[in-house]
Amino acid sequence: MIEIDGLTKRYGDKTAVDGLSFVVEPGVVTGFLGPNGAGKSTTMRMIAGLDRPTSGTVRVNGKHYPGAAAPMAELGILLDARSVHPGLSARNNLLALARTAGIGRRRVDEVIELAGLGEVAGTRAGGFSLGMGQRLGVAAALLGRPQTVVLDEPVNGLDPDGVLWIRLLLKSLAAEGRTVFVSSHLMSEMAQTATRLVVLGRGRLISESSVEDFTGHATTAGVLVRTPETGRLGQVLAAPGVTVIKDGTDLLRVTGATAEEIGTAAWRAHLPVYELTPTHASLEEAFMQVTKDSTEYHAGATR
Amino acid sequence: MSAITQARPGPATIAGPVTQVRVVRAEWTKLRALRSTRWCTLVSVVLIVGLGALIAGSGTAYHVSASNTAAKGVSVALLGVLFAQLVIGVVGVLAFSGEYGTGMIRATLAVVPSRLPVLWAKVIVLAGLVLPVTLVCAFVDFFAATALVSSRGGSVLSLTDPGVLQTVVGSSLYLTVVVIIGLAMGALLRKTAAGLSVFAAVFFVVPIVVGALPQNIRGFAPYLPSNAGGALWDSPLNAANPLSPWTGFAVLCGYAVVLIAAAAWRLRRRDA
Repeated sequence: MIEIDGLTKRYGDKTAVDGLSFVVEPGVVTGFLGPNGAGKSTTMRMIAGLDRPTSGTVRVNGKHYPGAAAPMAELGILLDARSVHPGLSARNNLLALARTAGIGRRRVDEVIELAGLGEVAGTRAGGFSLGMGQRLGVAAALLGRPQTVVLDEPVNGLDPDGVLWIRLLLKSLAAEGRTVFVSSHLMSEMAQTATRLVVLGRGRLISESSVEDFTGHATTAGVLVRTPETGRLGQVLAAPGVTVIKDGTDLLRVTGATAEEIGTAAWRAHLPVYELTPTHASLEEAFMQVTKDSTEYHAGATR
Repeated sequence: MSAITQARPGPATIAGPVTQVRVVRAEWTKLRALRSTRWCTLVSVVLIVGLGALIAGSGTAYHVSASNTAAKGVSVALLGVLFAQLVIGVVGVLAFSGEYGTGMIRATLAVVPSRLPVLWAKVIVLAGLVLPVTLVCAFVDFFAATALVSSRGGSVLSLTDPGVLQTVVGSSLYLTVVVIIGLAMGALLRKTAAGLSVFAAVFFVVPIVVGALPQNIRGFAPYLPSNAGGALWDSPLNAANPLSPWTGFAVLCGYAVVLIAAAAWRLRRRDA
């Protein structure tokens, strides 16, 4: 479990993380979403005790992490693929970390196999591709079988095979009762793996909810109605708070009314309906909507 | 609901507590596997032994007299130490700057979040590498040089001559403290280029520049790290050091302690 309370980090006069409070529960995969520069990596560095919070606290499994007796049992973290020594082989990079917790070569070889690095374990990590570096970083995070796993953008640079591996891995870690906290700016990826979402924008918490709630609450969710009587059904549905948009000859997009209400209204007015489909905003759309005011860098917006 | 509220044992883990001994083993794993360590060690050996043999085997063979003591003869044969100290300084600086430069420091400090054991471990493994290697080098150099000098008709130097053993062992002790100072510079400056520049300036450039200054304004010269430490092994750059050998060495150790303390403070306080 990760408990973050009033966490703030300033670098000079720039505030990277601003009064952040949330809890990451064990047993499920929690996604950490936000545009680039939102403060995700800074938050993760503070979880690992690498950066000191300007104010606020972080607790990992109920403890102050830098004071943990057996840190590798508490937390395994992937910060970025480039936190390995390029002059050391994959095996020696892992072995150097493992030694600090009395973890033996057998476990090192185990995570090497798990990460699919068996063939390159003896070669210097400096020659690794981004994807291989990422696998090595994930292997390092898993070395101690930690109770809490924190991964910053783990699918970055991975091939489709690797992406699938990460998805299954995250789910199996959560199923073992571990706390799994994984950041991404790829909403579609989170939709595949995460159960809960913490959304960050400009260093502030935007939302903390389940994935369903997050997409369900987005205002673009509506109902698609296929009917030959688009004009008459539109009149029947007209009410305050309901918008009806005609889309093609026999299609209506209705927001502000449920499928049940539309179906009942159409039946009362004796209007035929061929299709009635509630549409959820994709995680992507919901995310864009929720973070549109908090994006640090709008692509070409001000130029 | 009782099944859920019951305290459930945490998921299986295999990681034990961090101990200083474990962190030393971890740092040794890194140090021995790095190519830079092997190269620098090899170059140091060649410089100390090779340069010593070259000096002993060329020019006029050394003769002990009132002004040319046996100890001085040995320190001349140890001239390579002056160059080896630069290579050994590189090993020291790289031990930290290499980790900051590559990003490995984040992985290292994430698994040892109390941080200081990493610094102590690096001190231990570097001293544990440099002390035995340079001690063997210094003795090999001594025996090779004395054999060459006596075979060319020079004086026969012995380890039992006054000051000889102190010079041979002292050169190795000197280099051991030098690697610690290099380590502290790497930890304080974090950048390899900056660390190496400052190290080379302090141990190589400044002593030479100060040596060229007028007599009346270089009263501090004996207290420069390389000169103070040079008093112990009678460094050839350091003709007349008013400090006694062990006082000089204590001054050198003082620099190391202060720098390591500053490095510890910075490592503890600053973001990684």
